[in-house]
Amino acid sequence: MSTAAPAPAPAAAPALTPHGYLRAQSRWHPLEIVFWLATLLPFFIFPQYLSLASQIAITALFALSLDLILGYAGVVSLGHAAFFGIGAYAAGLFSIHVWGEPFSGLLFGTVLAGVVGFAASFIVARFRHLTLIMVTLGLGLLAHEAANKAHWLTGGSDGLQGVKILPLFGLFKFDLYGYVAYSYALGALFVLFLAVRLLVNSPFGLALRGIRENWVRMPAIGAASRAHIRTAFTIAAAIAGLAGALLAQTTQTVALESISFGRSADVLVMLVLGGAGRLYGGLIGAIIFMVARDQFSGIAPQYWYFWIGLLLIAVVMLLPNGVLGGLSALAARWRNRP
Amino acid sequence: MLPPFFGVLFDGIAYGMLLFVLSVGLSVTLGLMNFVNLAHCAFAMLGGYVTVTLVNDLGWPFFATLPLAFAVAAVVSVAFERVFYRRLYRSTDLDQVLLTIGIAFVSVAAAAYFFGTLQQPVQTPELLRGSTDVLGLRLGNYRLFLVGFSLIITLLLVLGLEYTRFGAQVRAAVDNQRMARGLGINVDRTFALTFALGSGLAGLGGALAIEIVGLDPSFSFTYLVYVLIVVAVGGLGSIAGSLAAALLIGISDIAGKYYFPELGAFMIYLVMVALLMWRPAGLFGKR
Repeated sequence: MSTAAPAPAPAAAPALTPHGYLRAQSRWHPLEIVFWLATLLPFFIFPQYLSLASQIAITALFALSLDLILGYAGVVSLGHAAFFGIGAYAAGLFSIHVWGEPFSGLLFGTVLAGVVGFAASFIVARFRHLTLIMVTLGLGLLAHEAANKAHWLTGGSDGLQGVKILPLFGLFKFDLYGYVAYSYALGALFVLFLAVRLLVNSPFGLALRGIRENWVRMPAIGAASRAHIRTAFTIAAAIAGLAGALLAQTTQTVALESISFGRSADVLVMLVLGGAGRLYGGLIGAIIFMVARDQFSGIAPQYWYFWIGLLLIAVVMLLPNGVLGGLSALAARWRNRP
Repeated sequence: MLPPFFGVLFDGIAYGMLLFVLSVGLSVTLGLMNFVNLAHCAFAMLGGYVTVTLVNDLGWPFFATLPLAFAVAAVVSVAFERVFYRRLYRSTDLDQVLLTIGIAFVSVAAAAYFFGTLQQPVQTPELLRGSTDVLGLRLGNYRLFLVGFSLIITLLLVLGLEYTRFGAQVRAAVDNQRMARGLGINVDRTFALTFALGSGLAGLGGALAIEIVGLDPSFSFTYLVYVLIVVAVGGLGSIAGSLAAALLIGISDIAGKYYFPELGAFMIYLVMVALLMWRPAGLFGKR
């Protein structure tokens, strides 16, 4: 569709036209540049925490993938770890049975998770509300049980052993300190972040937000809700698989925990803590969650979940849009102060 | 003489009845308010710990603890409903899921703190131990008691819902909440009472479950999956649906574990996903 005459677009109010709105949305904020520069700090300031930093980058990527379907399209998934785990097992098995080259393993994990996600999307896109929650939970539990029972392939609850990854580009060996692991994970996170940023600031991203707000009305304006949800779900599954593959390659093992309900719940907590439906929500949430868990690793896991539970209650009751939502509300109040 | 298949069937029925007592409350409250309460099994666990404490520490007889398990779970759940749930009735599914998962997490940690992470044993009366021969089958006494007791509860629930004024109000509110409000039914009060009743039944189920499946802090999540499966498969707000689904899930779980042990819990998840794809609103659901 095109307008007949070149519209005299008022430069002062670009938000009035759809393209102007999208352009304004996709402009880089100075804080974003600061954020990405800050991700380089671990190399210089905390070199002893580089392996934690690479775990954070991977988890942030996983949270970003959930944000795409949950935050933008409004599809609540309690089984997102299924795709993370599929990617992790695929990359691990690829390195054992085929080749240890990292990029091909990464691609294999991503594609396999994407294909499974595409198949699952036909189921997921049919449902809403409780049934959707139950179906995603059921699919996640099925994947976990399958990985647990296929002991001959995945090692079951002992985890997948013997993952050997060749040096990156044939030059940089994955070392104990995590220089290469963090560079690799951060690079992947940044590239995927740019891709997701483009995606959510495109007309497709706007359609997803429309579906989140009202999934019955969107088809009436020509956006097929189910087809869009299928596409978004497939992309999110592929990205989750990529994050899983990164974890398998950088830690050189795959634990059964990487496909469990616990991981699906954790990533949901991170995303909500940071702020769902915001590009940086999952990233900020992952940083807070992982750093807190590292700092409190001394306490027993069952008490750790006490604090997570309290945090969830507090976020829902007091900060409905997560940390980022609270901060932006504060910022808006500060700007509008008398 | 009956073949051993009937023994498996009986165990499945007993397990299904237990799942029914655990989940019927959630089904009715979900049908009433569309509130996704993932902390339902936390109230069940509370009932279980009430019974364990009374029997093991204070020496109460097992039967006497059951009403108290019901009452404590009901009262505590109403307190939660007043403080937390009430504010989220009009929120999104996601907010409700997050709040109630948070409460379930806290309950797991609290149970671990007060009772430790070990399985809690409970002393059942002499009467319920051992087994009885019925037509050549050795049926566990406890399971016989469980089936009979659950049948009585089912009967009371159905009669209460069909023939009392309160039951009529609940049915009206499930069918059409706005219309029920228009007729002057105090839906909020009805809901609070139903919520208490449902959570109380869950507490009772938790107490009854100790002998069958054990009790440890992970109960909140382990059985949540089963309860949600029963509710989703049975359809919201339907007692008959919950009963049918609970029996179906109980029998297929026990039969699956007995005949295909290598499949484990795979069977039950497969049954759930397949049933939901066939009938998204559940077996007896209207929506």
